[in-house]
Amino acid sequence: MSEETKKPASKKKFELDPKLAEYRGIWVFIEHERGMPHSVSWELLGEGRKLADLLGVPLSGVVMGTPGEDTRKFCQEAFYYGADHCYLMEDLLLKDYRNQPFTKGMTDLVNTYKPEILLLGATTLGRDLAGSVATTLQTGLTADCTELNIDIDIRSLLATRPTFGGSLLCTIQTLNYRPQMATVRPRVMAMPKRDEARSGGITEHPLSMIETDIITKVLEFIPDQNTNKVNLAYADIIVSGGKGLKKQENFQLIWDLAKVLGAEVGATRPVVQSGWVEAERQVGQTGKTVRPKLYIAAGISGAIQHRVGMDAADVIVAINSDPNAPIFDFATYGIVGNAMTILPALTEAFRKELSARNVAAVAA
Amino acid sequence: MLHIVVCIKQVPDSAQIRVHPVTNTIMRQGVPAIINPYDLYALEEALRIKDKFGAYVTVITMGPPQAENALRKALSFGADDAILVTDRAFAGADTLATSFALASAIKQIEKEMPVDLVFTGKQTIDGDTAQVGPGIAKRLNLELLTYISSIVSISPEKREIVVQRRSEGGVQVLKTRLPSLVTMLEGSNEMRFATMPSMIRAARTTVKKWNRVAAGIEDVSKIGLKGSPTVVSKVFAPTPKTVKAEIVQTESNDPQDLVGSLLMRMFTKFPQVKEELVKSACV
Repeated sequence: MSEETKKPASKKKFELDPKLAEYRGIWVFIEHERGMPHSVSWELLGEGRKLADLLGVPLSGVVMGTPGEDTRKFCQEAFYYGADHCYLMEDLLLKDYRNQPFTKGMTDLVNTYKPEILLLGATTLGRDLAGSVATTLQTGLTADCTELNIDIDIRSLLATRPTFGGSLLCTIQTLNYRPQMATVRPRVMAMPKRDEARSGGITEHPLSMIETDIITKVLEFIPDQNTNKVNLAYADIIVSGGKGLKKQENFQLIWDLAKVLGAEVGATRPVVQSGWVEAERQVGQTGKTVRPKLYIAAGISGAIQHRVGMDAADVIVAINSDPNAPIFDFATYGIVGNAMTILPALTEAFRKELSARNVAAVAA
Repeated sequence: MLHIVVCIKQVPDSAQIRVHPVTNTIMRQGVPAIINPYDLYALEEALRIKDKFGAYVTVITMGPPQAENALRKALSFGADDAILVTDRAFAGADTLATSFALASAIKQIEKEMPVDLVFTGKQTIDGDTAQVGPGIAKRLNLELLTYISSIVSISPEKREIVVQRRSEGGVQVLKTRLPSLVTMLEGSNEMRFATMPSMIRAARTTVKKWNRVAAGIEDVSKIGLKGSPTVVSKVFAPTPKTVKAEIVQTESNDPQDLVGSLLMRMFTKFPQVKEELVKSACV
């Protein structure tokens, strides 16, 4: 690598450029809206803890919100999930998410306290903020990472993400700029254990802005209707279909099985692009990441684009007519056969098995 | 008249990319290049504003010479002007260097005619980063409006725009000033068909080709590989799991036997899956 040969450091001991070495510690942005924290923040603290321990530096949460207990309680939660410290910015201007005050607040915090790594959830809020902060700070940002690690010799973040539409993975580094920024999608990282014995210190920092500085105004918030909300990311059982089901009518077989199992329905990108199901049901790199106990994949070949969204499932059952489909390389069980005949048989078998079991459970 | 700049990108149709089974390298041969599908929502939204208020729509892309085809396509849908920002010096740009180059080019466009709105797709299908839009907005000091599902109203006189923005758990209704940068959400509209007159006009329109200098960039340390804080240190195929799927087979290979065998094996080895199913099943 040309970057490394340029450095005067000898082979024996690597010395970071003093300007970069000023930046120490790992930060996780604690996302919350309308009093609810986003669980991706805790997942990131779990991952950040590992990185902080590798580097031997503190892990901090960044909490920004309106003044009061409702905001401060997120610092406490951050400690429970692994943070050593929190940076707290309280201001009425931070009531709803708006790009301008949050970008200003976050860049001020970074420029004052200089973390070496800054992690955010790849949510609509996190991506909006991360892109703006990275451009303002003129530093590197890697989106939608599926794996984070440290090259300990050069204290560099190794951010791995799918590339080329999800057919390969690439590892990206920000060698000569700080902080090193990355976003990670919800459910990609495991949820850490919550430990109420943990605590930490809080550094408060003001937002130096007034409302008239902020051009964009929030007129209204229209909450999603819970009745038709798809809760794929946190579902324990998922039945998914791919283009191997041939036509939209056959996708009904997925719904039938899901109904019997009380499962959520998922789909691949091509299925969503063909309009067979709504976009919220897409599993994969550009859709949702899921971690169910059981994932049934029918007519899905198992391209990386899909795989990165679901291979953390405990048990994967794959049904595909092509014995060489990549999905059989990482599924738990495979049935080589026509999904259109296997699926109805599976629905029937589950129905029998589970109703018998239910009867036994009630009798006992 | 409003002046709208739409940033588009030519991308390989990722649905058709294959990985070589032996060498694990990308097989790009014969993969058709398309306009990034998310950008079409941006272009259509710009054209709708043009239909309603009258606007001049400039499409811009950064890419290799063949990206001209994407611009021609955009012209045939109804864009008025097209600029291809192309220079070998841009090669290897990450999102920060890309937003610098595009922002510089938009500054040059502004010299001819002030820009009121910049549109981009929410992300590309090859990079999937969603970073270039916010990057351009910050560099040009435009109000950033990401994940916009609907433009509620625009007032060219008051220089105001009201939009609906997709956020976690709901929709924000935001009001801000022009100029602003909007990244459009998928499904927010449906792309029109190119009409015969606009196709003829597109064929007659010259696509402007700007190199680094024409795009107003003096400092080469801000573009291409040099201007990119991130470096790709490794590209690799995912490691196959050492344990492959246990393939369920029976003598008859009849669907009923197969699924029966599957359930027996799975519930024996993973009793917790059965417990979970008993809890959630609706039978």
